[in-house]
Amino acid sequence: MSIDRALSGTGNWLDERFRGAKGLRAVFRKLYPDHWTFLLGEVALYSFVILLLTGTFLTLFFKPSMTEIVYHGTYVKLDGVKMSEAYASTLKISFDVRGGLLMRQIHHWAADLFVAAILAHMLRIFFTGAYRKPREVNWLIGLVLFTLALLEGLFGYSLPDDLLSGAGLRITQGVLQSIPIVGTYLSFFLFGGQYPGHSIIPRMYILHVLLIPGIFLALIGAHIFIMYHQKHTQMPSKGRTNTNVVGAPAWPYFAVKTTALFLFVFAAVTLASTFVQINPIWIYGPYNPLAISSGSQPDFYMGFLEGSLRIMPAWQWVIFGHTFAFNVFIPALLPLGLIMTGAALWPFLEQWITGDKREHHVNDRPRNAPTRTGLGMAAVAFYGVLWAEGANDVIAQHLDISLYLVTWIARIAIFVVPVLAYIITKRICLGLQRKDLHLLEHGVETGIIRQLPSGEFIEETRPVSDEALAKLARPEPLALPAGRADGEEEVPARGMRGGVGRVKARLNKVLTESVPMNGHGADGRGNGHGPDEHGAEHARAAIGSPEPRADDSADGSGSPH
Amino acid sequence: MSDSTAGQRPGDSEHDGDQLPGQSASDQGETVSAELRKRVIGTPPPAEARSMLGTPAPGTAGVPPVPRPRELPADPQNPLGAKRAERVVAACFVIATVAGLGFIAAYVILPVHSVLRVQHSNWALGLTLSLVFLALAAGAVFWVRNVMPDVQLTEARKPLRSTEEDRAAFQTTFEEGTQASQIVKRPLLRRTLIAASLPVAIAPILLLRDMGPLPRESLDHTVWRRGLRLLNYGGNTPIRPADFSSPGGMITVVPDGYQDDFNALAKAACIIIKFAPGQIDFTSANHPVPGKVVENWTVDNIVAYSKICTHVGCPAALYEQTTHHILCPCHQSTFDAPRGAKVIFGPATRALPQLPMTVDAQGYLVARHDFTEPVGPSFWERGTTA
Repeated sequence: MSIDRALSGTGNWLDERFRGAKGLRAVFRKLYPDHWTFLLGEVALYSFVILLLTGTFLTLFFKPSMTEIVYHGTYVKLDGVKMSEAYASTLKISFDVRGGLLMRQIHHWAADLFVAAILAHMLRIFFTGAYRKPREVNWLIGLVLFTLALLEGLFGYSLPDDLLSGAGLRITQGVLQSIPIVGTYLSFFLFGGQYPGHSIIPRMYILHVLLIPGIFLALIGAHIFIMYHQKHTQMPSKGRTNTNVVGAPAWPYFAVKTTALFLFVFAAVTLASTFVQINPIWIYGPYNPLAISSGSQPDFYMGFLEGSLRIMPAWQWVIFGHTFAFNVFIPALLPLGLIMTGAALWPFLEQWITGDKREHHVNDRPRNAPTRTGLGMAAVAFYGVLWAEGANDVIAQHLDISLYLVTWIARIAIFVVPVLAYIITKRICLGLQRKDLHLLEHGVETGIIRQLPSGEFIEETRPVSDEALAKLARPEPLALPAGRADGEEEVPARGMRGGVGRVKARLNKVLTESVPMNGHGADGRGNGHGPDEHGAEHARAAIGSPEPRADDSADGSGSPH
Repeated sequence: MSDSTAGQRPGDSEHDGDQLPGQSASDQGETVSAELRKRVIGTPPPAEARSMLGTPAPGTAGVPPVPRPRELPADPQNPLGAKRAERVVAACFVIATVAGLGFIAAYVILPVHSVLRVQHSNWALGLTLSLVFLALAAGAVFWVRNVMPDVQLTEARKPLRSTEEDRAAFQTTFEEGTQASQIVKRPLLRRTLIAASLPVAIAPILLLRDMGPLPRESLDHTVWRRGLRLLNYGGNTPIRPADFSSPGGMITVVPDGYQDDFNALAKAACIIIKFAPGQIDFTSANHPVPGKVVENWTVDNIVAYSKICTHVGCPAALYEQTTHHILCPCHQSTFDAPRGAKVIFGPATRALPQLPMTVDAQGYLVARHDFTEPVGPSFWERGTTA
């Protein structure tokens, strides 16, 4: 076949120059474990690719200039209105460039999807414990990427210089100016003087299209290379252990699947951009520092910062003639700082508390780490309350209640809801663990009732399948015994002595709280060695359980076999 | 980075295109045979080349290769289903082709330059483009799921930590290199190098200095000065107190001569409100500093406040006539207009500064002087609260 010859000819030509056969074979043969949640990061990646493509198109027409002109263009409602060249060129992209509006809308939708996918991806990594050793560095890179994505989005939607984004920019400047000691200088340097000046749009433009995307490319490259090098994690399942990877090879399976995903993502944002209008800047009008409209909400990903500003009480001190605008810089910096610092420290804190320095390649099911899952949900609740408060005026209007009431509810909820979320989530996780344990101990209920010769009725159960067993069996407890701090006779282990040791022991107790696997787990547990176990054996092992509640149906579970 | 494969035979004996449908395996086969051909035709290969290659690849030496067990089946488990699926995939690709042609047609045919036409163009372009991507994606998924054989492979995962030999070898290399560099032994070199790198490290920050002027006292003042008329923003007409026939709404005013200067207006914009006699209450109860009263710079029950919110600078543009509350729509700071615009809700900490007013010889509203405090959001150098 001539195609064969052409391919091998090309391959030969390249290989004689790069000696790529061995390395490329490894790339083609690399195994990719499947799980739908693994697609979230890919969605983020492909949104980024779409952003690069559409963004490049937009730069061909966009003029990052604050020079004021009088508009005489296609959009007659703004005829004769003074506006910046940035705004006018955005109108031109929308109304006078074929496909321009579509590209603008795809760019905006893709940006929203980018941040949403990053958020979902981050939550998946957190809740399944995929950030654990050896993947801490990639977790940190991911956090930086998330923060950068917020900044990139903020700069991007401020570029058209419309009334809505201008309000956002004004808020950004006010926040910057409030930072103690350096704030005023930062603001003057960024804006080239007093607000609004004539420099901010071109400066944000170059940050938006060159500097931040460059950092993005480098960090995404590192993120993917590290993931590739360390290999994927996998969800617990039959045959998947800490020392193997189970999946389909890159060529052709993953290659085709991931291309399909890219196309699906592109199709989804294009469909949204076709039928769902986003950021209609011609309706908002050009920026004017004297004008504003109510219901001014930023893009969804900035919503939590907006809510944070709205929720804050009016606290401000003047000390030695200097203004501490707590009402501005605390809400602007604290929530993101809290979430990001907490997230960055968490993998190391968890390692310290549990003493678990092992490599982890099989993910946790969220229920099997109840405290971690609870903490994660508390963070989600914290973010959620701020996010909702960012739309407090919209909520007040739709529910027909006082705006101030909404804010007061949020002011209380910000403390109460995360605690509730933690408690409830932890309870749900423990409940699900009990359910899993019940299945392991009793087998699957078949719904068949059998009468024994003695006249006794029993319910028949069958052992869980190997596949289910691999999922249900909980891996060894998160906690390696970090040492004894409570033992009176024994000398506490190193690192467990003194006050710090006691704190660690307490934290350890909280962090590793789980439904006990009843002691017989040592050999009957899945422990990541799924194929060595047999469901029937395991079920039989469960019969011997001393737990009284297991006895009744224990006979039933074994007898049909 | 190389994967260790269960059941993979070592190195150069894998040569044949039928083992992996991949390009790489056949590449290698070609490479080997090309090299051998060269050896036969050209000069004899050097000895070290022969020893590096070991025995010649079996396939080319006439010995039939031992077939490696296939990792991937060549054909799907269900050929009939695959045949049907093939047609579906092909149909998807045909749809994508047609949609792609439709996209080109829509681009060429449909004009823009009006809102309605842009809407139609957007629909046509967007729909055809989505259809291209959607059909291709659906076809690809159907292909991989129903035409390709199902596989699930397992490979071993080694611990990430290097072997002890590798670590020791690295340490040796590093230590020898460090010793050879003399950097440890010669502190003079080390210290002067550090000294040399310090000043230039500051350069990137230093070079940013000219991005903007220093703030100095510029935030303390606005363009308002004695005798500057208040213009009705938009109409740009001066205002007589008598123009307010009755108490009520709020209007935005700007300093005469600066009505188009956003940089001036971002600080100088004001609102004026007329009250009914007796409504204004500037007593000390409404002043944040005990014992002080709000200055009364009103004219004929008309009061002027800065329009720039003292929280983060949005225009405080909403006015509730019944409650006389000024509301900033950004973060809902609420100011009580008849009581010195003091804050009654929201994150703002300071009242809206009052612009001192009087009337000029022609009876128009003019400023008495600039604001007595900085307007807009707080900043470090601002100082006193009032």
